Amino acid sequence: MASETSVSAASGAHGDGLPPEGERRRDFLYVATGAFAAVGAAAVVVPLVNQMNPSADVLALASIDLDLTPIQPGQAIVASWRGKPIFARQLTPQEIATANAVDIKTLRDPQTLAERTKPGNEKWLITLGVCTHLGCVPLGAREGENRGDYGGYYCPCHGSQYDIAGRIRGGPAPKNLEVPTYAFKSPTSVTIG
Amino acid sequence: MSFPWAKHYQPTSEFGKYMDSRLPLPRFIYGALGAGYPTPKNLNYFYNFGVLAGVALVIQIITGVVLGMHYAANTGIAFDSVEHIMRDVNSGWMIRYMHAVGASFFFAVVYVHIFRGLYYGSYKPPREVLWLLGLVIFLLMMATAFMGYVLVWGQMSFWGATVITNLFSAVPIVGEAIHTWLLGGFAPDNATLNRFFSLHYLLPFIIFGVIILHVWALHIPGSNNPTGVDVKGPQDTVPFHPYYTAKDFFGLGVYLTLFSVFVFFLPNALGEVDNYVPANPLSTPTHIVPEWYLLPFYAILKAFTTDFLLVKAKLWGVIAMLAAIVLLFFLPWLDTSPVRSNRYRPLNRIFFWIFVADCLVLGYCGGQLAVEPWVRIGQLAAAYYFAHFLIIIPLIARFEKTLPLPNSISESVLAKYGKPPASGSAGTLGGTAPQPAE
Repeated sequence: MASETSVSAASGAHGDGLPPEGERRRDFLYVATGAFAAVGAAAVVVPLVNQMNPSADVLALASIDLDLTPIQPGQAIVASWRGKPIFARQLTPQEIATANAVDIKTLRDPQTLAERTKPGNEKWLITLGVCTHLGCVPLGAREGENRGDYGGYYCPCHGSQYDIAGRIRGGPAPKNLEVPTYAFKSPTSVTIG
Repeated sequence: MSFPWAKHYQPTSEFGKYMDSRLPLPRFIYGALGAGYPTPKNLNYFYNFGVLAGVALVIQIITGVVLGMHYAANTGIAFDSVEHIMRDVNSGWMIRYMHAVGASFFFAVVYVHIFRGLYYGSYKPPREVLWLLGLVIFLLMMATAFMGYVLVWGQMSFWGATVITNLFSAVPIVGEAIHTWLLGGFAPDNATLNRFFSLHYLLPFIIFGVIILHVWALHIPGSNNPTGVDVKGPQDTVPFHPYYTAKDFFGLGVYLTLFSVFVFFLPNALGEVDNYVPANPLSTPTHIVPEWYLLPFYAILKAFTTDFLLVKAKLWGVIAMLAAIVLLFFLPWLDTSPVRSNRYRPLNRIFFWIFVADCLVLGYCGGQLAVEPWVRIGQLAAAYYFAHFLIIIPLIARFEKTLPLPNSISESVLAKYGKPPASGSAGTLGGTAPQPAE
């Protein structure tokens, strides 16, 4: 306090008892108040924003077991996992040959069929039934549905075309149908998730 | 705020004087909507649509608050609670149809309002901020309408929510995190429905707040008018009340008649039948379309089918759809022509109507399946949409030879009725024609 009094005495021109330039005690208080308020506001905003993220019960969705026995070669089934459809398809030998005949350099999202299936189980193609464009369920898993120009899946929303390996071939979608994390429990059943 | 010749409020009763020195609400209304607000005397019926939009919002808020008393925002019972409103709640069918048809009418009115502004150059100085606030209202309306549509939890609700929230996943790197954050899960579910209900209830009141700013910004320079010429003096204006209150009430009568025709006789004509099917996360309807008022933007979203310039087609579609709206914010600076009204802009007038046609073509393509020829036509129409704002409008502004402007609104009005502007004689139209209020 003593030094402050002497400084203000030296700058008598202002009449407010403060030095004409340099950092004032009040400047420090303004910055400190502002900084404290900003930190406090941030501390309140974070939980307010974060509350919109998936809650614990949504995150706690268990993995599912899928029995593949009823699926005949050339057929597919639709299952539900995390609220999204899963397509499980048994490819025929011709379909595997068709998928392997494609030059992957020409693909938008280059992947071989082997990269999209498990070793030794190339005939089982398990993907999310969610178009990578805007999330519609593509047609082609159920009997009689439009399978598009490449004989795989066709998204009715914006016309994305997937081939028999679920790879994007035409339309606006950027990526192949996503392959979820899964493992074979036995030769005819898988655990997804 | 107003012109110097504006009449001033004079409280007549003792109570009026008492209030005027404490809470001068009557004085405020008198100056904003009453005889104290001089308004160009040549406004045509297209100038009714601002007031109509305000009424449409009030109808939405009143019916919406009532619907909220009966609706349940839970995925298990949301669809059933809507059917409960339709079948069991007293007059519930009427209130819900008013709300659903009201949304369509709100957009119809606002589109006319926007195109009115485009035609008469109401976005030009000094009304740029007025225009920008209007666009903010338009954006808020689209968000509100989208979330309200999801509340029904029918097939279109669910898949519309899926498609629109997926737009955000196109953002590089953080897109998927934003997508999950918006939904509160990995697909639209109960968390999504609850937050949409909360926000759908909130946003109309925010719209109301922005409308107050919009009207405030309007009252600073006053209304534009079909000539686009500034008000020069008292002979160019009439008091808002009774001239435009009467004209607005007439327009409101026509509007409510048409509204009633739809509510009572064609309540589902503007909607999608698929939304009467409960939401099914495992089956996408064969054809997902938004409500008609969002179709032009949906067509622009669909226009990008291949990647180019290292950007994915999906991201291009999202960028283009947002840009289609964001461009409108720059319009006051893209159109540098000093002449406001298309009455005196022969070339711009032609391209205005081509632009209207382009928007209609976009809307039609947006409602079609993603097959030829609609994909190609949609792409061309989308390209034209951007060319209109980025190439055609700036070029016309530079090279157009505009027609001579009238010296004043009054001169233009008198010339229309064959009176020489300077004569001042009232005799030519039958001697005892009533004079405008002096």
